[in-house]
Amino acid sequence: MEKSLAQYWKTNLTYMVILLSIWGVVSYGFGVFFAEQLNAIKLGGFPLGFWFAQQGAIYVFVVEIFVYYLLMQKLDREYDVHE
Amino acid sequence: MSILTWTYIMVGLTFALYLTIAWVSRVKTTKGFYVAGGGVSPLANGMATAADWMSAASFISMAGMISFLGYDGSIYLLGWTGGYVLLALLLAPYLRKFGKFTVPDFVGDRYYSDVARFVALLCAIFVSFTYVAGQMRGVGIVFSRFLEVDVNTGVLIGMAIVFFYAALGGMKGITYTQVAQYCVLIVAYLIPAIAISLKITGNPIPQLGFGGTISEGANAGKYLLETINGLNTDLGFAAYTKGTKSMLDVFCITMALMVGTAGLPHVIIRFYTVPSVRGARLSAGYALLFIALLYTTAPAVASFARYNMINTINNTAYADAPSWVKNWEKTGLFAWMDKNNDGIIQYSKGTAFKDKPTFTKETGAHGQRLMSNEPSADNGNEVYIDNDIIVLANPEIANLPPWVIALVAAGGLAAALSTASGLLLVISSSISHDLYYRMINRQASESQRLTVGRVMIGIAVCIAGYFGINPPGFVAQVVAFAFGLAASSFFPIIVLGIFDKRTNREGAIAGMVIGICFTFFYIVNIKFMGGTAWFMNISAEGIGTVGMVINFLVTLIVSRLTAPPPPEVQELVESIRYPRGAGGAVDH
Repeated sequence: MEKSLAQYWKTNLTYMVILLSIWGVVSYGFGVFFAEQLNAIKLGGFPLGFWFAQQGAIYVFVVEIFVYYLLMQKLDREYDVHE
Repeated sequence: MSILTWTYIMVGLTFALYLTIAWVSRVKTTKGFYVAGGGVSPLANGMATAADWMSAASFISMAGMISFLGYDGSIYLLGWTGGYVLLALLLAPYLRKFGKFTVPDFVGDRYYSDVARFVALLCAIFVSFTYVAGQMRGVGIVFSRFLEVDVNTGVLIGMAIVFFYAALGGMKGITYTQVAQYCVLIVAYLIPAIAISLKITGNPIPQLGFGGTISEGANAGKYLLETINGLNTDLGFAAYTKGTKSMLDVFCITMALMVGTAGLPHVIIRFYTVPSVRGARLSAGYALLFIALLYTTAPAVASFARYNMINTINNTAYADAPSWVKNWEKTGLFAWMDKNNDGIIQYSKGTAFKDKPTFTKETGAHGQRLMSNEPSADNGNEVYIDNDIIVLANPEIANLPPWVIALVAAGGLAAALSTASGLLLVISSSISHDLYYRMINRQASESQRLTVGRVMIGIAVCIAGYFGINPPGFVAQVVAFAFGLAASSFFPIIVLGIFDKRTNREGAIAGMVIGICFTFFYIVNIKFMGGTAWFMNISAEGIGTVGMVINFLVTLIVSRLTAPPPPEVQELVESIRYPRGAGGAVDH
């Protein structure tokens, strides 16, 4: 039981690290540090870096939270720690 | 019917709705009062969190700020949404499992210390008061602009309404009122945005429209953003889609806003109200979805307004200016100083004159309001535009009917009232629960504690109202405080409290105190003593990020050098990691 709980927690941490990396890349990576370079690419009328900073990153944030919710719901059941 | 009549009807109807909800959801228990009985559905909690979060500043001022800042305005968009990812992944589920009433509750129990509890309590109260003063002012301003009553009367009416539903229904009343307020504010925001998007780009979805082409006029067929870039650079401004701040500063400000969001007590407390850990995760998703609806619309509105503003104002004779210009000139949010006496409005980079406009009673040759301000000689700009116009004048610019203008007024009030009530509840629960019950009178009965909670809401409303009527000159500056302090105090020790069992009392107290002091003195030095941004040129708004890093480091190091937390605390940390067994919030 103890071992499987440790495994549960480790998987949870892995999910978090992956999702937070994406979080950092779309906002700070695409939206700030590489915005200038990405602006050379156009998405319709949007320079891409500008689009990430004012639109894209926010969409990704929303999706990420729902993805985490679904992943954790599955994980909770797998390790039988759900409510 | 006139705009004023419509506004009275709209505001009256929405207020009646809020009061009815409050009456229906009045509470008799402390659990209902502090955390709505822990029975709010994730969807409802998501809406309530969104309304709680989006203040008068988000609703009225943000699009305007972005309109003037262009790309640099992204700090607000990213900063005020990205924090929800941190909340959903790092804080909300665990705090829900922990299952007490307040943030100081968690800090006090996890760090087995009343000192830590007290420090957290002071931070919670300070952060919340900073914030609430601005909200009451927002209520007053909306009243004065749309209902033609005095600002102070507006604040008093707002105080009475908030007091009624917060004291009666506590968290439960506030939650269900906020659900209604969210609906009002989002409809009020989207209708004018869609109308303007249609008018300028022919696309009904603003989020897509501002990446599209202009549908009519001299620039028809050109991409909107490219056109604005061109207009901006012609007038001496930076290109709209390019930044002007240093990358490090943009990073630090955005991070401070994100982390600050995740550390704000009135946001965190909302996740105690859902019935389960699963519910906490889900409702963070709903909350951000509802927030994103407004936050992705705002930058679109900002760019439409920028285009429209330059196009209709610059090089237009004052006599031919559209009617909204003159309407808002009356309120002092727009001013024109004809520096070269040609009767034509010239708009360009720079401030037209020193300070905010001080109008004399006279009008000039073209009927414009004259000012006693000293004109700036170093630029040809003749126009003063307050950020708030962008959203407030939107319906008039898009030629929408009077009832839409009335709806925007009701939306602004909903945004201000919902945030104010959430903050007042945090102040009340901090004092009546954390201070009075946990630290002063452990024997207090349920009804005594409820009475103290209600009295505290009353006192907090009065203090907030006082600051609303006599706003301290530094309201704008203190916003940096609220986020910086939340980022450098709560966030690190809550995260470490969950993810690092070894973090102990000594580490947490040292980390909080040093993190806050560093941030506090850095901001005071810049904002009040005229000091320079001595740490790597990071501005006062962004220094919370550095304070947070310092807090993390100090907490980790001091914890390693002192005794580990007692076994029962380590067990507590272990138990909050697994969802099973999260009952209702426990009264201890």
